[in-house]
Amino acid sequence: MTELSKSGAAVGEPTGASPAPTAFLEVRDLKVHFPTDDGLVKSVDGLSFQLEKGKTLGIVGESGSGKSVTSLGIMGLHTAGQYGKRKAQISGEIWLDGTELLSADPDDVRKLRGREMSMIFQDPLSALHPYYTIGQQIVEAYRIHHDVDKKTAKRRAVEMLDRVGIPQPDKRVDSHPHEFSGGMRHRAMIAMALVNNPELLIADEPTTALDVTVQAQILDLLRDLQKEFGSAIIVITHDLGVVAELADDILVMYGGRCVERGPAEKVFYEPRHPYTWGLLGSMPRLDREQQERLIPVKGSPPSLINIPSGCAFNPRCPYADLPKDNVTRTVRPELAEVGSRHWAACHLGKEQRERIWTEEIAPKL
Amino acid sequence: MLVVIVMVVFSIFFLVPKWAGVDIASSFVGKQADPAAVEGVREKLGLADPIYVQVWEFFKGLFAGRTYVGGGDVTHCSAPCFGYSFRSEQAVWPVLTDRFPVTLGLALGAAVLWLVIGVSAGVLSALKRGSLWDRSVMVVALSGVSLPIYFTALLSLSIFVFGLNWFDGQYTPLEDSFTGWFGGMILPWITLAFLYAAMYARITRATMLEVLGEDYIRTARAKGLKEQTVISKHAMRSTMTPILTMLGMDLGALIGGAILTETAFNLPGLGQAVLNAIRNQDLPIILGVTLITSLAVLIANLVVDVLYAVIDPRVRLS
Repeated sequence: MTELSKSGAAVGEPTGASPAPTAFLEVRDLKVHFPTDDGLVKSVDGLSFQLEKGKTLGIVGESGSGKSVTSLGIMGLHTAGQYGKRKAQISGEIWLDGTELLSADPDDVRKLRGREMSMIFQDPLSALHPYYTIGQQIVEAYRIHHDVDKKTAKRRAVEMLDRVGIPQPDKRVDSHPHEFSGGMRHRAMIAMALVNNPELLIADEPTTALDVTVQAQILDLLRDLQKEFGSAIIVITHDLGVVAELADDILVMYGGRCVERGPAEKVFYEPRHPYTWGLLGSMPRLDREQQERLIPVKGSPPSLINIPSGCAFNPRCPYADLPKDNVTRTVRPELAEVGSRHWAACHLGKEQRERIWTEEIAPKL
Repeated sequence: MLVVIVMVVFSIFFLVPKWAGVDIASSFVGKQADPAAVEGVREKLGLADPIYVQVWEFFKGLFAGRTYVGGGDVTHCSAPCFGYSFRSEQAVWPVLTDRFPVTLGLALGAAVLWLVIGVSAGVLSALKRGSLWDRSVMVVALSGVSLPIYFTALLSLSIFVFGLNWFDGQYTPLEDSFTGWFGGMILPWITLAFLYAAMYARITRATMLEVLGEDYIRTARAKGLKEQTVISKHAMRSTMTPILTMLGMDLGALIGGAILTETAFNLPGLGQAVLNAIRNQDLPIILGVTLITSLAVLIANLVVDVLYAVIDPRVRLS
């Protein structure tokens, strides 16, 4: 608590601590590193973004790009319950509604979890406890933060199940997770995450492993619930389609870093990073006539222990040799503004990228 | 199920002596006995009958009692007749009922002890993985698993009974004096529990570590639960499942007689009875105890299956 009030009072003081932000959620230079026998795994290496209430941020990237690690970092789940393992090294700042979470007392952060910020995990079959009923699990989530009896909490659970569109919620509330279908489990997971009306909702791969109709229903549900509660949502996915549906802003991650960030339509229609081009090129699209095969991003994601020097994307980038003096392999590119509220981290000149996009990439998509 | 097990046990007991070329009748009577007496015993015990007749006679005896006639004398064994030991001139059933409570007390008391010690040590080890505590517990557990009962039993006897004189090393029946019984059982309990607690600590630690890595534990934390609740409620419930399985099998086997422990501490339980019976080639007693053991394992597993369904809802469906 002392840490908390100190950093809260640091506004305007020349202590080096940066002032409290105006955005609802602001992440500044977040680094999450895991010491292992093979070396330091830099899962997230200097990530910054803001998110306002009622808005949705989509974080996209390949497996191992640090998306999930970022979300667990915001939830404070890297430090909770680490038994005997080597601890994750986390630095930077995470401001949620005026509170800095990394320096706050862990028990205060715990009280925020599930109430102020909550999370929909991928794979609800393993994320729900197999031995407890859906109702018991939602009731538990509610009663941690509300001093109510079990009956009231169960009414609330039924209400939430109804709201996420589970038929006969008063009966299904007593079912176990294995008695639900995949889509229903997802809904139950969402009901559990929303039971305390959280201001920040993190959805980690909310539609992976669901068939397309159920995917669409889940996305609709998230949108409706956001309208109703006005929560801020972070959607983590490797599915650009999901992001196109939901997100106001998009953050593209590569090798634990942000390579491009901006409003969704900008990132989709005027992307300014070769990796984003690669992602768009590898995405199947039904809204355009397909002339050629999908273009995969060549190579494989970088090792997070040995992130390539310079631009992390340089070994896979077809344009890595264009900038002079081998700069892509020696200097790490910083995010630079390429449009209004639109940033990209690339050594290629702004005009050069505009030209490559409009002349070489866009026509092929 | 029970009938099948009884059949199997029977077949083994009746076939093995035949294959081994041991004539039970003459071993009862003695090597120098006259052939007529041997034939009399053979007739009385029904050893000449085919196996299915012998099995049937035994089953009938369980409910209706049994009268052995042959060689000029008559021996009655009232229901439930588990057979009659001509070696020790007594029916088997009273031997079993006399000795069963001793073994049951030993097994249950030791089980309580090893569950409390083993499971809590295992959980703490898992939560403090790699710490000095964890390493010490695992070393002690390793020695517990490796040291044979007859070593630890004799060691504890020589220290606490003959060295320090803390206990008198005598068994007192529970109905005579509770404190006497309790005092006599402490060492056997501890000796037996040491071995099992070691095994349970290891399995608890391994299971707990596995469970702590499950997604639903992360979900429990994400709800804002206190870590204490995450462990004691969410993680413990899953950890109990394999422990329960082991407990069922171990208890079942122990109720059949902890031969080494009972012999070392001179406890008049089933294990001691069966050991004496083996020494005396007293087949009916061996048979009776074996049947009780099979029954105990069966019942223990049944109880575990029922408890399983209580703990794990997924079992209820299938």
